[in-house]
Amino acid sequence: MPVQASPLENPAQQLEEQRRIQRIRDGEHEVFYQLIRPYERRVYAAAFAILRHEADAEDCAQEAVLKAFKHIRQFRAEARFSTWLIQIAVNEARMRRRKERAELVEPIEKDYDRDQEGAYTPREFADWREIPSEALERKEVREKLGEALGSLGQIYREVFVLRDMEQLSIEETSKALGISTAAVKTRLLRARLMLRDLLAPGLSGPWSIQLSFAKGTKSW
Amino acid sequence: MVVSCEEVWREVSNYLDAEVEPGLRAAIEAHVRGCKRCTAVVDGTRNVVRLYGDERMLEVPLGFSRRLHQRLESDMAGSRRSFFGWMVAVAATVLVAGGFEVARSSVFGRPGLRSEHARASDHIPPDMMVVVADNGKTFHVAGCPFIHGKNKLRTISAHEAEQHGYAPCVRCMKKYLDTSARSLADEGDGSEFADSENPGLR
Repeated sequence: MPVQASPLENPAQQLEEQRRIQRIRDGEHEVFYQLIRPYERRVYAAAFAILRHEADAEDCAQEAVLKAFKHIRQFRAEARFSTWLIQIAVNEARMRRRKERAELVEPIEKDYDRDQEGAYTPREFADWREIPSEALERKEVREKLGEALGSLGQIYREVFVLRDMEQLSIEETSKALGISTAAVKTRLLRARLMLRDLLAPGLSGPWSIQLSFAKGTKSW
Repeated sequence: MVVSCEEVWREVSNYLDAEVEPGLRAAIEAHVRGCKRCTAVVDGTRNVVRLYGDERMLEVPLGFSRRLHQRLESDMAGSRRSFFGWMVAVAATVLVAGGFEVARSSVFGRPGLRSEHARASDHIPPDMMVVVADNGKTFHVAGCPFIHGKNKLRTISAHEAEQHGYAPCVRCMKKYLDTSARSLADEGDGSEFADSENPGLR
């Protein structure tokens, strides 16, 4: 599995980032390109996790980056720039989503957009087949996984995308989304188990015909 | 320590993130070894984390970075343009105002008038000799009773007087003033002509 390291784990790189921010504040606006480059994907991912639409997510990501540029003086050095930037993207995407919903004649309130009370009981399946990473070469597999992710409620999807897909830490995810670390953990657990439940029937049922890569039946 | 299936499900996420105490970790592993269902839960969840953690699962649209930078560039240029535009607007205003002043004074062959209330006339013969005082604002026919500062008088042509911003005295130059000016003067509203040299017009 290609693991994405956090772009700026190195203290020297963080120092360089601080210097860049100062240069931008001093008027060297072109330096902003270098500053955001490592985080472009994460900004897009955060927007996409909430909006679930490529063009909207791209526009939202652009808007977030522009806002970060315009408000760079408000950035406080004690926070991580990446977290601050993703926060802006999350807020922008949430605002757009609220606006979209407000424009609906009959707003759709999905129960799973609220934190579910009680423990989650994973479903029991007769058998399942592990999906190897090589399967992701196939577009239809990626689409199926994307559909499963899209069926999650927003609060679960945004935590899952930032933590498991963009490899933010629990702490960073918490800050980016403006929720407690306990809430991140609870939502993450539920998101992972729901995805596992959503994918398993497909793999043991209709998908198994299409997925010739499937190997080794396991008890579920 | 012994854990139940429910405890395994509750901790499976923390377990995969290596965020459980060593004692609990050992207990979960011991339980999973003897429980098919929990094995499936742990393996299935791990599979989910591994699959979605792959970069291929979230593909940024082709050209995303280029378009983002273009928009940034455009926005930065827009900011510069708006600043530049503002400066151009200010400069244009200054030029227009300056031009207006120049036009007022030079198009008609005269600089600005010494008195903001005075009005020049186009009907005075330019070579006519008139009298002015250095600290005065109007020019007069020699002998005009409304001349002030008589100890600093000098004689120059009407054209030259107008070039220096002197306005015609509404008394001695009355016949040369234009109709509107004359009518105002005749009505006793000497505001446009009033100055310190002609206090009687107020």
